[in-house]
Amino acid sequence: MKIMNCPLNGPRNISEFVYGGQVKAMPDVRDVSDTDWARYVFYEENDTGIVTEWWLHSPSSYWFIAERHNVTDEIIRTYPPEEIFKDRVEFSVSETDA
Amino acid sequence: MPFGLLKYGLSKDYPFEKDADLPAPTALKRRYDVVIIGGGGHGVATAYYLAKYHGITDVAVLEKGYLGGGNTARNTAVIRSNYLTPEGVKFYSASVKLYEALSNEFDFNIMYSQRGQLTLAHTDATVRAFRQRAEVNKHFGGQTELIDPVDIAKLVPTLNLNPANLPVLAGLWHKDGATARHDAVAWGYAKGATQRGAELHQLTEVTGVDVKSGRVTGVDTNRGPVEAGVVIQAVAGHSAPMARKAGFELPLVAYPLQAMVTLPVKPFLTPLVSSSALHCYVQQTSRGEIVIGGGSDPYPLYNSRASLPLKESLLSSAVEMFPFLSEMRLLRQWAGITDMTTDYSPIMGLSPVENYYIDAGWGTWGFKATPICGKTMAELVASGGKVPELIKPFELSRFDRFKQVNEMGATAASH
Repeated sequence: MKIMNCPLNGPRNISEFVYGGQVKAMPDVRDVSDTDWARYVFYEENDTGIVTEWWLHSPSSYWFIAERHNVTDEIIRTYPPEEIFKDRVEFSVSETDA
Repeated sequence: MPFGLLKYGLSKDYPFEKDADLPAPTALKRRYDVVIIGGGGHGVATAYYLAKYHGITDVAVLEKGYLGGGNTARNTAVIRSNYLTPEGVKFYSASVKLYEALSNEFDFNIMYSQRGQLTLAHTDATVRAFRQRAEVNKHFGGQTELIDPVDIAKLVPTLNLNPANLPVLAGLWHKDGATARHDAVAWGYAKGATQRGAELHQLTEVTGVDVKSGRVTGVDTNRGPVEAGVVIQAVAGHSAPMARKAGFELPLVAYPLQAMVTLPVKPFLTPLVSSSALHCYVQQTSRGEIVIGGGSDPYPLYNSRASLPLKESLLSSAVEMFPFLSEMRLLRQWAGITDMTTDYSPIMGLSPVENYYIDAGWGTWGFKATPICGKTMAELVASGGKVPELIKPFELSRFDRFKQVNEMGATAASH
């Protein structure tokens, strides 16, 4: 059994977790070209080595970040997303923009 | 025969040299018109069709390991065309047609065996999706129909019709479904290509790609640099790192795809049977072994040891489908690294680098596409970069235009 350490729930069986893609910097939604947005959506680093990824602890619906080696499958570190994402992303369009 | 053997035993010459399927290794030339990176099925098929239909024989296939030793050796040899999108069905149907004639064409037995493929539906939603797939298939000349559990029981008497308490409601019966010996497909293409003058260089790893002002000029290998007019990459699981050598990115993620095989038993299973809900397929090889395969691993990995939970789910699903499999012994288990696209369709054709063509994104559907892929890639090269109609929907630029080909008929896709 492979164990992943959930920052909220502690060590749990890997089958309780769902992979959610690599952590990527999101371009500003207000002035991004279609091509750049496509790059952001469809392209991942896809190289061998340590990757920073989104993971979900499914039973508690808790999203967090894990650093994992994608060749040895070793989970190096898991931590809450607050460590990277300090500000809330606002998607709503203001009256003047619309 | 014994006298023939005695004659060979007394002869000083190696008797089969002139009849050998593959020529002995030669020195690597400094320049080729066409360099193909990857000596798997797709690579050698491209070399074969270049020589056969277009008279282009100054071709080198560079393989870092041995012929057909990568994902060509690791797939579960399913050949089918019962996909969902018109683009996909047209493409894979053309492949099935080529497969049917391949043994005769090669004069080399690829053990093509058209046993039919049966996919089980366990929910109403899947039955509806299957109805659509059956109609799309029939429209493009395939033999696919929806059958009920009574007919399923006749086709596969040993199947449990209530696996994991998910009753079988209907089945997508694809008569064109088939299997073939995957190694033989690579060998047959390599034999045909080398006999016509193409060169196969094994243990030759491409370490770099030379690009000058947006145009490919050659490749660097562990046996020295090679100049090339055109370069094609057909390297399956390592497509993204290879493309990076040429200076561009591919929208691929590498997932392991696992399979396993039992000890051989007497024949009991003719069709290839797969369950849409259990994400598991079971088939019996011509040797009698039971091959078990399924969906991709739950998360990306560049390691063919792959993950444990998927092994467990594959085996438990196989035992649910055919309960007596629990009495059998596994012979071996393996995984291949697959390059998955987000829309479950391949990436074929032009790349951002001039004269550098890509054949990638083959995920879990590469083996069945081998012949048509080789044929269309050869057309692309011979025409100097005019993309054939059949593969136009699969071009790399579709991602930038949000024009994906959503192929939910792929094995890894949840139906």
